[in-house]
Amino acid sequence: MRFCALMDSAGVSTVRPKIREPETEMHARTEATEQAAQWPEDIFAILQRHDVRQVPYVPDAGHSQLINRVLGCSTMRGIPLTTEEEGVALLAGAWTGGQKGVLLMQSSGVGNCINMLSLTQILRFPFLTLVTMRGEWGEFNPWQVPMGTSTQGVLELAGVRVLRASQPDEVKDVMEAAASQAYNACTPTALLLSQRLIGTKVFVK
Amino acid sequence: MSKANLLDRRQVVSTLLADRKDALVVAGLGASTYDLAASGDHPRNLYLWGAMGGAVMIGLGLALAQPDLPVVVVTGDGEMLMGMGSLATVGLQKPKNLSILVLDNEAYGETGGQVSHTAAAADLVGVARACGIADSKAISTLGEIADFAKGMQDVRSGPRFANVKIDAADLERVLSNRDGMFVLTRLRGALGHAPI
Repeated sequence: MRFCALMDSAGVSTVRPKIREPETEMHARTEATEQAAQWPEDIFAILQRHDVRQVPYVPDAGHSQLINRVLGCSTMRGIPLTTEEEGVALLAGAWTGGQKGVLLMQSSGVGNCINMLSLTQILRFPFLTLVTMRGEWGEFNPWQVPMGTSTQGVLELAGVRVLRASQPDEVKDVMEAAASQAYNACTPTALLLSQRLIGTKVFVK
Repeated sequence: MSKANLLDRRQVVSTLLADRKDALVVAGLGASTYDLAASGDHPRNLYLWGAMGGAVMIGLGLALAQPDLPVVVVTGDGEMLMGMGSLATVGLQKPKNLSILVLDNEAYGETGGQVSHTAAAADLVGVARACGIADSKAISTLGEIADFAKGMQDVRSGPRFANVKIDAADLERVLSNRDGMFVLTRLRGALGHAPI
């Protein structure tokens, strides 16, 4: 059994065993899903096509490949945040100054954004957030479940349209739709990336 | 509540913006927005009436999008305390054209003057410096405000942060426009950006 050390969203180093033979449809995060998946590349290409310049984020393992692409891109600026609501305000300022952005976060961060999401209605700027889901699809950690369960409802109550992608081969299409309605129609939009897609986090072998 | 020798907030803001040139100004909700309105309406003003804790981040997004223009955030101690993490985010990005001025009356003036953390314990200058904004200082005279105003025009030497202890007198409200879309569209227009 080999192990790979990764940082989880709280910045805590965790050792995750690789799954040798996924025995159920519920797959775990493997090197294949984390390092070589195509769908983060599809997302990145669409963001580039829409001339996205500012990419605020609170890290999540499910976003790590995309974050690496952003940090290596000369036309995008990756901006680490201390809390997700900062990203909502940042994108409002970016648009005021003529730039588009996208906010990367985990489902637990959606709860941190609620009041700041008022800005999407008051200033009607192109708001797009890509949310990696926790608290669903075989979640191990009960502490993720309450916010994961209410993520979609919270976003919708705050006036954000919600789209979801659960399979790798549908990410591109759903992301195209999300980016188009956010950037072309200034419709505040969240794309939820299912835990089924990103892989359930494995805590113990 | 009023202490001797503390600056008048309206004088501070009007001195800061007396020769603003092309500067973009973001004001935090409440008294800071009224101070900005009192200094004179301007297409390059962004008045906030909500989004408490977000003023510095709005300023950061704006500063990164417009690196050749001075961007200044004027906000209160309560608003700054709520967005203290944003000072760490600014300290990491180090936008050279961003200046932050906190009008510190040590109180939540808009809600009845309840005492804030800066009255007894919190030192925002220390916080800003510890977050990586090396040019962070306390200001106590209008002459220093004039110097700060000169400094903010230099878009190659920021970010900078200043905290000014101001008189806590409850001044008459000067209401700015509060239609966010109007204010934003006007500011974008001043920068040459058309509506969608």
